[in-house]
Amino acid sequence: MSTSEEPPRLYEAREPVFPRKVKGSFRTLKWWLMGVLLGIYYITPWIRWDRGPNMPDQAVLVDLANRRFFFFVVEIWPHEFYFVAGLLIMAGLGLFLFTSALGRVWCGYACPQTVWTDLFITVERWIEGDRNARVRLWKAPWSVRKARIYLSKWAAWLLIALATGGAWVFYFTDAPTLARDLLAFQAHPVAYITIGILTATTFFFGGFFREQICIYACPWPRIQAAMMDEDTITIGYRDWRGEPRGKHRKAEGAEALGDCIDCNACVNVCPMGIDIRDGQQLACITCGLCIDACDEVMDKVGKPRGLIGYLALSDEISERAGKPPISVWKHIFRPRTMLYTVLWAGVGVGLVVLLFLRSDLDMSVSPIRNPTHVVLSDGSVRNAYEVRLRNMHGEPRPFTLSLSADQPFELTLEGIDGATVVVAADELLNQRVYVTAPASSPAATAASTPLRIWAEEGLLGERVYSDTVFNGRGN
Amino acid sequence: MVDPENKTPENKVSPPERQYPDPKKKIVEEPPTTGHVWDGIEEYDNPMPRWWLWTFYITIVWAIIYMILYPAWPLVTKATSGILGYSSRAEVANEIADFEARNEVWFQRLNETEIAALRDDDELERFAVQAGGAVFAAQCSQCHGTGGAGVQAAGYPNLLDDDWLWGGTLEDIHLTVAHGIRNETDPQARFSQMPAFGRDGLLDVDEVDAVVEYVLSLSGQSHDEALAEPGGEIFQMQCAACHGADGAGDHALGAPALNNQVWLYGGDRASIRESIWYSRAGVMPAFDGRLREAEIRAVSVYVHQLGGGE
Ligand code: SF4
Ligand code: SF4
Repeated sequence: MSTSEEPPRLYEAREPVFPRKVKGSFRTLKWWLMGVLLGIYYITPWIRWDRGPNMPDQAVLVDLANRRFFFFVVEIWPHEFYFVAGLLIMAGLGLFLFTSALGRVWCGYACPQTVWTDLFITVERWIEGDRNARVRLWKAPWSVRKARIYLSKWAAWLLIALATGGAWVFYFTDAPTLARDLLAFQAHPVAYITIGILTATTFFFGGFFREQICIYACPWPRIQAAMMDEDTITIGYRDWRGEPRGKHRKAEGAEALGDCIDCNACVNVCPMGIDIRDGQQLACITCGLCIDACDEVMDKVGKPRGLIGYLALSDEISERAGKPPISVWKHIFRPRTMLYTVLWAGVGVGLVVLLFLRSDLDMSVSPIRNPTHVVLSDGSVRNAYEVRLRNMHGEPRPFTLSLSADQPFELTLEGIDGATVVVAADELLNQRVYVTAPASSPAATAASTPLRIWAEEGLLGERVYSDTVFNGRGN
Repeated sequence: MVDPENKTPENKVSPPERQYPDPKKKIVEEPPTTGHVWDGIEEYDNPMPRWWLWTFYITIVWAIIYMILYPAWPLVTKATSGILGYSSRAEVANEIADFEARNEVWFQRLNETEIAALRDDDELERFAVQAGGAVFAAQCSQCHGTGGAGVQAAGYPNLLDDDWLWGGTLEDIHLTVAHGIRNETDPQARFSQMPAFGRDGLLDVDEVDAVVEYVLSLSGQSHDEALAEPGGEIFQMQCAACHGADGAGDHALGAPALNNQVWLYGGDRASIRESIWYSRAGVMPAFDGRLREAEIRAVSVYVHQLGGGE
């Protein structure tokens, strides 16, 4: 059976994108951001921070083995994970705020996928030349020259990828030590495996997958649709000004044409390979490069800039009606963005307050309830408690335990004479504690009596307490 | 189709009105739809990206390689074993072996340390308490309870208090755990037997009652003075040999102290009478041979640190 009709295509090859070089204010901004963001990523693990002799001196460290997170002055223990939760909530609210106000600024300027792709494209341009040269080379049959250029490009990419994967592991252990071990091939296999995986993903995502990540793999373009509304400032094409587009400006009838001279500059610079003139779309990461490209053209043909520009949906209606443009601030300051700002700042202030309120010693007392109490040979009643003492300090500290209750309780520690235990630097100690009530005391016969256990730190005299109960024979 | 005539000057009289695009009209052509409609929402029929297809092929290749390397096809008795010879059982066995190899160092240290000094080394003690706790949960908790409080009604001693039948030092505990109590299979087990004074006719009912009152007086409980006096005389003759003249008991004989507040079988009048009349005693098995020496030492340390260790 044969049919003249072509069957529908089920699969489509990726159209390679060869973004042209562009100059302009957004490109300059993106260069700066790229420098700063890459700098932060590569340099952070090498910043030193003195915390005392028993503590790591790395400013930012995720210490998985000891389950600690260090960030300059801040040290987070696993039981303080709410700090991390709070930071994640702030990150989420921040994204909501920025997206509802400025659209996908995250995607266009700060997302690692965008920054590294941009870097890879820049390297590609250095090695192969600008758009036209790259297209020509792509279409050319394989030759020694093509192989040489492609191999050197891939080698450069691989080097960047290796540096990227390599920098990641430094966040998790002391960077200088690890660097030495890595070079001496003595580091833990996990370090090499992690570097290997991250090198491979960076190389692949930055070199070949690029815009496909944003279009097919990343959830954010889908989520952002819910964050944007008609006041969100995003990148758009003023079709009421540009259409009908046309090339032949000198020809008769050119007066009927809009400002768009159909030069495709905006399409050629787009790292996503799309045409913004089709309207704002899922594939647009709002990187602003088409604005730069179009402004350059408008300058050349002597038309006002801003045929492509940052605008909100609501601008279209007023601009079509010939009204003056709505100010950017009016778009940005609206109840929704202000609510996000308030929530964001609220969580932030809450976290900072918590950070300063928390004490660097911590005690929790869990009564041992199997059994609830023990009767000793002299008839006295004894309860046992598991006291957990946390010393979040750079040096070992003694803690003296005591009771505050008007009952004649006696406090003893398992395996220790006296009431003082030493907790090592930045450590947690479990100490079993016994509280005994004499046979004839009311606490010994009552079902339960409230009890407060105090811990006093021996260096600065800080005190903490924990409330619990004492079970008597009546229990 | 573009009409070339259109561009010729003859056809143009005056420049046409500038045409603003209709905002409702889309500039791009929409892709075809699948024809599915839900609540007015249609589904585009876009082709899939080709790399998606590649990923699919890669999974197939992966599956084939996996089936060659790893156990895959179920056969009648077992699955194909794969050329790597992997098995999850072997992996567990390896992990256990690895775990044991790491513990071995500690077991060595436990064995080499004097029993009485086992708690002097902090590190070793910590290990012993952890390891001993595991042994206790598996071997001892059935009778002595998971918390070590014993079961009074059944005569399983409480290990938390400060009253011991056979001694509460590390060495005593170790001896008890290793060889058991009244355990006929182990010649080193400690043994003692209290006579059944009433059942065997050694004392008559009145005499037993008198001794009961005297025993009550030893622990300061309310008792009948008139009966306690003759009871005391009988006690000195019949009971003091083991329980001591003052009723303080004797660890060497496993004779419980009667002058305190801790009772294995209950300290009220009826329980004491029953103990004297019928005699009661418990049996504990030996763990020597069932557990390794290091484990016995570890569990001894664990019991010692429960609160009653001497
Ligand atoms: S779509 Fe996703 S991957 Fe692409 S730039 Fe935005 S956040 Fe980054
Ligand atoms: S359409 Fe413009 S803003 Fe959007 S991704 Fe392309 S160049 Fe960037």
